[in-house]
Formats: sequence, C-alpha cells, structure tokens
Amino acid sequence: MSISAKTLDTNEYFYGHKACAGCGGSLAVRAALKVLGERTVAVLPAGCMSAVGFNFPQLCFANNAIISMFAGTASMLTGVEAGLRRRGITDFHAVGFAGDGGTADIGIQALSGAIDRGDDILYICYDNEAYMNTGIQKSGLTPYGARTTTTPAGEHIHGNLRPKKNMFEIVAAHGIPYAATATVGYLPDFLAKVEKASKIKGPKYIHVIAPCPTGWGIPVSDTVEAAKEIADCGLWYLAEYENGSFRLNRDPKEFTSAEDYLRRQSRFRHLTDEDIRVIIESRDKKWEYIRKNWKQ
Amino acid sequence: MKPYIREQKQFGLDTIPEDTCFEAGYLVTVNAGWRSIRPVVAADKCIGCGQCYLYCPDGVISLQDGKAVIDYDFCKGCGICEKICRPGAIGMEAERK
Amino acid sequence: MTKKFLSGDEAFAEGVRLARPEVISAYPITPQTIVVERLSEMVEDTSLDAEFIHVESEHSALSCAIGASAAGVRTFTATSSQGLLYMAEGLVYASGGRFPIVMMNANRSTALPWNIYGDQRDSLALLDTGWIQAYAENAQEALDLALMSYYIAEHRDVSTPFMVNLDGFILTHTYEEVEVPEQAQADAFLPHYETDNCFDFDNPKNMAFSAGPDTNYLFKYKEHAAMLRAVPVIREAEEKFAAVFGRQYPGLIDTYRTEDAEIILITLGTIAGLAREVADSLRAQGTKAGVVRLRYLRPFPGKELAQAVKSASALAVLEKDISFGAAGTVYTNVTSALQANGVTAPVYNFIGGLGGRNISRADIEAVFAKTASGTQQVNFIGIEVENA
Repeated sequence: MSISAKTLDTNEYFYGHKACAGCGGSLAVRAALKVLGERTVAVLPAGCMSAVGFNFPQLCFANNAIISMFAGTASMLTGVEAGLRRRGITDFHAVGFAGDGGTADIGIQALSGAIDRGDDILYICYDNEAYMNTGIQKSGLTPYGARTTTTPAGEHIHGNLRPKKNMFEIVAAHGIPYAATATVGYLPDFLAKVEKASKIKGPKYIHVIAPCPTGWGIPVSDTVEAAKEIADCGLWYLAEYENGSFRLNRDPKEFTSAEDYLRRQSRFRHLTDEDIRVIIESRDKKWEYIRKNWKQ
Repeated sequence: MKPYIREQKQFGLDTIPEDTCFEAGYLVTVNAGWRSIRPVVAADKCIGCGQCYLYCPDGVISLQDGKAVIDYDFCKGCGICEKICRPGAIGMEAERK
Repeated sequence: MTKKFLSGDEAFAEGVRLARPEVISAYPITPQTIVVERLSEMVEDTSLDAEFIHVESEHSALSCAIGASAAGVRTFTATSSQGLLYMAEGLVYASGGRFPIVMMNANRSTALPWNIYGDQRDSLALLDTGWIQAYAENAQEALDLALMSYYIAEHRDVSTPFMVNLDGFILTHTYEEVEVPEQAQADAFLPHYETDNCFDFDNPKNMAFSAGPDTNYLFKYKEHAAMLRAVPVIREAEEKFAAVFGRQYPGLIDTYRTEDAEIILITLGTIAGLAREVADSLRAQGTKAGVVRLRYLRPFPGKELAQAVKSASALAVLEKDISFGAAGTVYTNVTSALQANGVTAPVYNFIGGLGGRNISRADIEAVFAKTASGTQQVNFIGIEVENA
C-alpha cells in the first residue's frame, strides 16, 4: 500500500515540541513515526530533536523514546533491541533519529559497529548540514562553500572547504541490508522508504535531507521547497542500496538551477561565480558516476 | 492519539520521578505564543487533499469532515501549509494581540 | 557448591554467570579480558543464556548496557583503565538515569606513561560519577561481590549502578581456591530484576530526558539519597548472602585488630592482606597495630571508619593513587570523614603501587613506623623527599 496523506496513521507521536518554526528535522521525525507506529522505541542523541522534545515535564513523544549519549545512538539502539527481545517482545521497531554531526562525525563509529553486528535497527539521519543545535557549526555533512559559524565566509576563505562526507555509500560499503537517501521535500518517497525499511530484518539506514531555516538562511515557510529543490537541482539524489546494489529512484531529465538553489540561502550568499562553477562541476561528475554505475 | 496538556505542571521533590523515566507525551505548555502570523483555512476552497497535514512539522493540522483544521495551541505559524496548499485555501493573517 | 581453582577474573565471571544477566556488552582491555572471554565461552556452551554483544568500544559497551537496562533487563559490562575513562560519559549517564548496571573494573594504571599493571587511579578518578564502588580483596570476594552487586544495585531503594574493582593482575590474574555456588543457591539469593524504569508498550515512557534548573537539583538530590540508602541495603544483602551461602561479609569496612589499636593503617584492595601480616608482627613486638580495609568507597563509610579508629593515636592511608597537586583521593575522603566525625588523630598519606610497583613488607613496616613517629602529610613510597 502506498503511503499518502490519506493512508497515514492519524496519530501524532511527536507533538508540542519546541523546535523552531519550519524545522525540517522535526518534520522528518514526526513523519517517520507515523509510519512506524506506537510500538516503536525512538533513540535520539543529544541534538536538536532531543533538546526540543524531552524537557521534563514537557515530554513530546507519544511512544517510548529515550535520549542517548551523543556518540551512542546506534550502540544504545543495539542494547534496546537486545533487551526488549530478551523480554520476549518481538513486534516493535527500534529507530534512531540522529543529526548529521551525530551520524557522520561523533556517532559514525557506533553506527558502523551496529551495522557490522547486523543488529535489527533502523537508523535515520536527519541531515540539516551543520551542528544547528549548538549554533550552526560545521559538521562532516556541511556542503562545500557553506558558511557556518566555524567556517566563516571572508576574503580569504569562502566558507566550508570540504564536500559532504558520503554517508550513504559509507553505510552501503558495510553490505547493509537496506540503505536509502530521501528528503523531507518528497515525503511520500521518504515514508515509503521508512515503511520498506521497517519490514527488513537487520540494520537499515535512511539519510533524509531536513533543512534548517535558521542555519540555511531561508524563510521558515520555505523548508519544504528548499528540500524539494536540493533534489531537483541535483545537489542531492534519491537512491536505495539493497541486495548489494545501488538504485537511483529519480533521474531528472533536466536539473533546475543549482545557482538559484544556492543563492536563495544566506549560507551560500557569499559564493563567487567560480565557487558555484566548482559546485556544479562536482554535481555533474557525481551524476555521471551514478548514471553509469547505479540501476535505474 | 497525541501528546496533550496535563493538569499537573509543577513538580517538587515528592512528585518528580525517582529516575529519568516519565509518562510519554506529557505536555505542560503550548506553543501558541510563538506566532506572529497564523494560517487560516478557507473551508470553501479546501479540497481535503491533506498536503498541509502531511508536511506540517508540528503535526497541528488534521482533516475533519474533509477539511483542514488547525490546532492553534501548537501551531507556530511557519507558513509551510500556505505554500504547500495548491488550491490556495490557506492564508496567513497577522496574529492579533 | 564446588571448589575451583580460579583467577579473580574467572571467579568474577562465575559470579556473573550465576547472576543470569540478559545482556552483556563489553570490549576487551588488559587485564579485564579473561572475564569477557569466560563469559563468551559460557554463552557458547549454553551455561549462560545471555546476549553477548561485541561492541566496538567501551563507550558503546556502556551505551549498549544503558539501552538494555532501559529495556528492563539485567546487564553486565567490564573494563579497565583507559577503557573506563573512555566510557566516563556513560558513567554519569547510567547513574543519572538510575540504571542498575553492574560493571567489573580491573584496576589498572592510566597513561601516560603507558602501563598495563595495577593501580587504582582509574576508578578513583571517577568516584564522583554516582556509581557504587566496591573493592575486592580476593577471588572469593570477587565472585561474591558479583552476586551481591546486583542485589544492591537493583534494590528498589537504591537503583544505582555498581562498579566492582579488582586489583589488576594481583587479583585478576592470580589463582586461588574459590567456592562456586550452585545456580539454585544463587537464584535463592538474587531475585529476578523487576523495574518500572524501562520502556512499556502499554504505558509508553520518555526516558533519559533533560531537566532544567527548576527540577535538576531535585533529581541530583535523589541520586545522593539513593546512594546513602545503599548503606542499609548492603547490610541486608550481606545478611541474606550469609544465610544462603554461609559467608558473612563485614559491611562497608573490614577491620582487623582495631579495637585497641594505637596505629591503624587504612587501605583498600589486595594489599590489605600483607598489611594485616605486618600488623601481627608489630603486635608481637609490642606495637598495637591494626588495619582497616575500605570495602566500599561509595557510599563512603565515614561513620563506620571513625568508629573503628577511635582508639588510634595516629593513622595512615595507603593507596595506589594520587590526585596531583593535592593528596591521594582516598586520603582526602578519609580525612574529611574523620574530621566530620570528631577524630583528631593525625593522618598521613602513603602513595604506593603506582603502575604496578610492588609494595613490600618492608614498605608497610616503614608506613607504620613513620605514622608512629610522625611524618609529612603526603609520602611517596620509595621516594625520600620532603614535602612531597
């Protein structure tokens, strides 16, 4: 059954939280929980979603949920899954929601360990491309050129000098049963992937782009548009890794303007035409590789 | 089913939990004060497609009798619903103090 | 009950097996490795029905144990030295969340310089993390503490994690004859773990949450109060243990010939045995010497200690630890508690055994002699300098 606004669980599992208006991360968490349902234990590391959702006595998850140590999303998921299984409980989902820093930087070791062990967990990385909770510092998933508070854009350095770490393919390299990329701009695609992952045994990983209006420098009403545009202009792609092979889910005949996408966000406003040429060149190289090597 | 506002809002030594484990979905404050603008649904234009419900980061929109209804206690006024609404049934209005 | 010839690590593993943990997550580090090797073998040969999780670090070991404890099951982990320090973030997490995880720590020196041998700088550096800390003297006590630690940690009045410390190599790797109880005895002593501090699909829970300045201090007070409530629970556990197994333990401290002692040496861990022998020979020569072994460092046995040393005219604290720029941490704890309880005898600190350096009979004789004659506040055994 395909997932749509009409078929989705009407319960709200993440409600009353203190995320900023227009927060893409909270949309990803809310939407995924509506697919996974009430028999879900959510593990969230220190980060935006735990900071906004768990301030005693304001506790915003309707399902079982817990904050993990920053580096410990995946390792805590392992313990939760094993512990519940030992209690004879089997019909539940153990899901982690970690940000880009919690996943690609401080949490990557624990994530790698859990995938390596084959633990029956779903790990969702909501990627807003910087440490937003602490005030927009660069993470391993901050894109090339982005201005953050630790990659200031000035005369000498034009923001972040390194491209995004390739988490999707790093995870896939473990031979994980299922991995996917998504964006909150295309929720039905994301939700279908969450549903698919929820039916697969073993470790699963979904990497979902979740814009942060504060950190990206866009109006709070533009979160979903920006999250669509990043895929439409080719700076993100929707793909899956399953049974040992990659599949591209969506191959735009023509990209929308990457320059327009970048120029609309204040974190990229300083970029020169040359900087943008570098970004587009890197995009085109990636797509050439994808189209040549991945199934469609 | 969703987290909802509870009666007991203050906790002291005798009422806090012994450990860091408490009832899920326990709310004591609303988010209404965050808004400077509020979405208003024109029921005659709303076709009940549910896109606003689907994309709301706060989950404050539900469909009742085929029309979008907003929980203003928790709406933060981001305006994503207005942008996503194809029939143009949602308008943003200044929040009256 | 069977008698086996076991190392401290192996004895502890036998105790863990008898405690029936559901989830074990551990990462290898010398001199802890034998514990996790034995437990893995027990899982393989089905004498232990548990999930053994091969985590990729100590941080993950404790993180995983916290997750399993939050799922409502009995958990175990073990580590040592750098590994303990690597999981330090998890120590405060486990205690703040009131997860009654049991951990064995093989006391080992901390780098730099690198050193794998035993001292107590690792666990003593973490006294403030909210874990109950016990120090075993021999392999039998190690096994028995494995069982008692679960009883105490999981008790509803306590619900606090428990670290059992074994001197690296001196205890972890030394073989002794150990009485290994039958499973039925262990089951009669240790009840199944029941808790509300866990996920529940009928009444879902939000756990390990934040608490701001308005309530945070209340949670911290409760943690402190629970640790203090461990004192009577330790007594209760030891009485029940004696009833089932026939071995009575002496509570937070283990006193030896202190009733009329004029010079008392206070120490912890395996060195207590040699200290008692020295006390005996001193008594044969006419010096009224006694020994107190601190079995628990948290909760700290302040009143018990003051009571035990009230006859002494001078006291020594011998420990394998130094808090640089101050004194040994055990010493600081001891002097603070004695002062609060009206003990006015001078107390001298002796730092020995760092990085596994042997503490000899002559060293302990010198400790008693210096304590009797008076010496500087902090003394490093083997280093004769003033104002250390």
